[in-house]
Amino acid sequence: MSGGFDVLGGRGPRVDAVEKVTGRAQYTDDLTRPGLLHGALLQSPYAHARLVRLDTSRAERLPGVAAVLTARNTPRVPYGVSPARYDEQLFAGDRVRFIGDEIAAVAAVDLDTAAEALSLIRVEYEPLEPVLDALTAREPDRPQIHEAYARNVCAQVEQHFGDVDAARAGAYLVRQDRLSSKMQNAAFLEPQAALAEVDGRGRLTIWSSTQVPHYLQRTVAMVLGLAERDVHVVMPRVGGGFGAKASASAMELATCLLAQRTGRPTKTVFSREQVFLHGRSRHQFWHTMTTGVDREGRLLFLDHEALLDGGAAASFGIATIYYAGSLLGAPYRLRSMRYRGVRVVTNKPPCGAQRGHGGVHARALFETQLDRIAEELGLDPIELRLRNVMAAGETTCNDLAMSSLGMRECLEAVRDRSGWQPRAPRPAAPRAVAAEPDGLRPAGSSAGGNGNPLGVPISAVVRGRGVACGFFVSGAGYPIYRSRTPHASVVVRLDETGGGVEVQSAVAEIGQGCETVLATIAAEVLGVPVAAVRVRSGDTDLGLDLGAYSSRTTLMAGHAVKAAAEHVRDQVLAVVATALGVPPATLALRGALVLAAGAPVVSEAIRTEYVKEHRGWNLGLAGPHLTFAEAARLAFLERGPVVGTGLYRPPALGGSFKGAAVGTSPAYGCSAQIAEVRVDLDTGQVTLERVVAAHDCGRAINLTQVEGQMHGCVSMGVGEALFEEVVFGADGRIQNPSLADYRIPTALDVPPIEAIVVESDEPNGPFGAKEVGEGGIMPTIPAVLNAIYDATGVRVEELPASPERILAALRRDGGA
Amino acid sequence: MKRLVNLTVNGTARELAVEPRRTLLALLREDLGLTGTKQGCAEGDCGACAVLLDGEPVNACLVLALEAAGCEVLTIEGVAADGTLDPLQQAFIDAGAVQCGFCTPGMVLVARALLARHAAPTPREVRHAIAGNLCRCTGYQKIEDAILLAARRRAAGGTP
Ligand code: FES
Ligand code: FES
Repeated sequence: MSGGFDVLGGRGPRVDAVEKVTGRAQYTDDLTRPGLLHGALLQSPYAHARLVRLDTSRAERLPGVAAVLTARNTPRVPYGVSPARYDEQLFAGDRVRFIGDEIAAVAAVDLDTAAEALSLIRVEYEPLEPVLDALTAREPDRPQIHEAYARNVCAQVEQHFGDVDAARAGAYLVRQDRLSSKMQNAAFLEPQAALAEVDGRGRLTIWSSTQVPHYLQRTVAMVLGLAERDVHVVMPRVGGGFGAKASASAMELATCLLAQRTGRPTKTVFSREQVFLHGRSRHQFWHTMTTGVDREGRLLFLDHEALLDGGAAASFGIATIYYAGSLLGAPYRLRSMRYRGVRVVTNKPPCGAQRGHGGVHARALFETQLDRIAEELGLDPIELRLRNVMAAGETTCNDLAMSSLGMRECLEAVRDRSGWQPRAPRPAAPRAVAAEPDGLRPAGSSAGGNGNPLGVPISAVVRGRGVACGFFVSGAGYPIYRSRTPHASVVVRLDETGGGVEVQSAVAEIGQGCETVLATIAAEVLGVPVAAVRVRSGDTDLGLDLGAYSSRTTLMAGHAVKAAAEHVRDQVLAVVATALGVPPATLALRGALVLAAGAPVVSEAIRTEYVKEHRGWNLGLAGPHLTFAEAARLAFLERGPVVGTGLYRPPALGGSFKGAAVGTSPAYGCSAQIAEVRVDLDTGQVTLERVVAAHDCGRAINLTQVEGQMHGCVSMGVGEALFEEVVFGADGRIQNPSLADYRIPTALDVPPIEAIVVESDEPNGPFGAKEVGEGGIMPTIPAVLNAIYDATGVRVEELPASPERILAALRRDGGA
Repeated sequence: MKRLVNLTVNGTARELAVEPRRTLLALLREDLGLTGTKQGCAEGDCGACAVLLDGEPVNACLVLALEAAGCEVLTIEGVAADGTLDPLQQAFIDAGAVQCGFCTPGMVLVARALLARHAAPTPREVRHAIAGNLCRCTGYQKIEDAILLAARRRAAGGTP
């Protein structure tokens, strides 16, 4: 174990692993309640239409139907993510704004009856012209989707740090490049689900697949007109979220209302198609960047313009548009930066947050542009980056303070591990030609198999490698609503019987492993094995935690649990110190024992009392030394429940400019990756052969889990780089709302990933820890794109880099 | 009109009356309360519902309950039936192959079928075996590691 820790930095198992490998883990759809009703939603088949008539009478009369809800019999309370942009209402009023927009909900005795009830609801639509093209959405003749968004502009950002124009005048080399992407879907394996129930006191409990129990509690309370204390949110196990579950949904609100109206527990579960219709995943981006460097390749300025297609609501998009700009401030020393971003609304499912929130495609363009600059300067791309990387202690031009930053270490680690050879200026035609014995022909010979005497189709395969870097926040510095609320509170309570430790918090365990992080930190502080710690999480009755987003939990809840565990430790040691007649400062907890001046102690009195209380039991006391269990029991006997509390509130961070809140964080993780690809020049097919990834996560709480997050990041990045794309028809309908047609990486698509954990000691992190859950995706797309270029000599400027787009680029630029 | 179906689930003979269009997945989850088998898509695309039908992996959402008549079904609940973890389950834990866990039951069962066929699969064979099981969290690396670890431990004679 690193750094003199007992359990921290190890490779212990996840605390929830056993229940997950045995099938005992319960997700929301696994729950049932006596008298359960099934909820279902009626959703718009039109992207944009006026609701002329809505008749639910036949559905209401259907036997087995307990409630039918529409805009007419439910509260008209605007909600959303950012309070300044509350533009959603439960159920469409007079207008539907995307295919999937919710019109009504029913609760019935079973799903068949619920489906039949939906089919009996008569809706008359007057179709309106949909706005589906973000590029023209602002033109004056386009229909306006929301009253509040003139010209369909939902958000507009202008930021200027330093003096871009002056820097440009002095630049040796200036490049302008573009990259656009397609809307994506988080495609977690567990579709959203919610079960709501009102208890005998009128208190509402909602079990939900949410990743933000706190914001869900607030939104349910606000929309239903309840006191927050009367809304209890519980997360069962959650099957992934990645951002798309980070806002309260109409489905959750409808389920609560159905339970309230019927007085019966009601459960609603999304189909896979509904996961797509609900959206709230990655926006579609168009980025243009103009970047200048001096003769040595030092970055002088970045002038960045972005357009975001946000779909039909603001959702998380205000944060998204700011992140798209601010997350370019590091990890390179950038003297000046201008950012102009526009987020438009269109008649598509609303977009929100997804792993690497807002910054992924901006990073992809910037890192591919750096490669182009390196090439023009005749520099190796790693060398160019090394000339520009920031170091710990520096502050970006947009006021982000890099309190720790192992960027150089990450770059050097992937360079050395991968066997990177400094790159000579590339020839015009593809290099890295593979002439393989199995019939592959070198690139540059005629394509299509002409001259092949046997007429057997053969293909040309070229190889390449690419590098990229990235960084990410370790938690948003500010909550979504203005408040001085702590971001995390944790209670650690020792079992009255002694020995057991319970961590109580509302952290959102969505698969990323935060329960294990909390248990590990508590165990480290209390000197007990991780297995002695039980974590209860995801429950708004147990504490306040803002949720699983912005890679905040390890740092923020980590601080809170550390403080709570220390609070408990100090209480126990104070009692033991009195009993032993020694100063508390000489005592410590380690190895499930009490240590005095570093050595185990023997206390006849405590031992005798403990054994007497348990006469006849096997207590598992291994030796004569005073155990944690005895000490904890004594502490309870002496002073009652031993409860420790901790909270975390970030210090004041960042600048005072508009939007400064987005991107500020107590700490920043960073990463570098090298991707190696094979490209078939005849088919345009890209195959990943290997990814070498390094990430600075501060001090690793659990190395296996850090690697797991890195692997997951790379995997999602590979999908986004190569094939993930929500495809829309001319009517605004999603053409591929299934996991067959919206392809996410399979085991055959993700290459072997070599994960290198680079540890730094983050002064603002608990035990020096910071993020890993999102930063690890930042370099993946550009590393793959740079590798494709290295292999083929062509640049794809629209993501994903599908075979069609690669072939088109090859034809256009004559790469082969 | 419901029909009777007889099948063996995790070693126990069952007789149930089911609608002809009821899937094996619904039978397991709703009629038998075996919720360890997950529904990720209901369309045969994700593998979260994978169970073993007479030892072969199938997506339970695509199998009608009536089609399973006379078959032996193994679900994740039957893998550690006597309360001790199966070596594969232990390997999934030790290798860190579990994150959100939603894909895990299906992965464990598909891996079990693989190891029954190939005691010592290559990494490539492992990847092929789990290619129909989507995992959005792990990037598959540690799942591959887990399956190879279980195979190695078995070869070393540590387990039956
Ligand atoms: S639920 Fe059966 S394959 Fe997805
Ligand atoms: S662990 Fe989440 S889908 Fe595999």
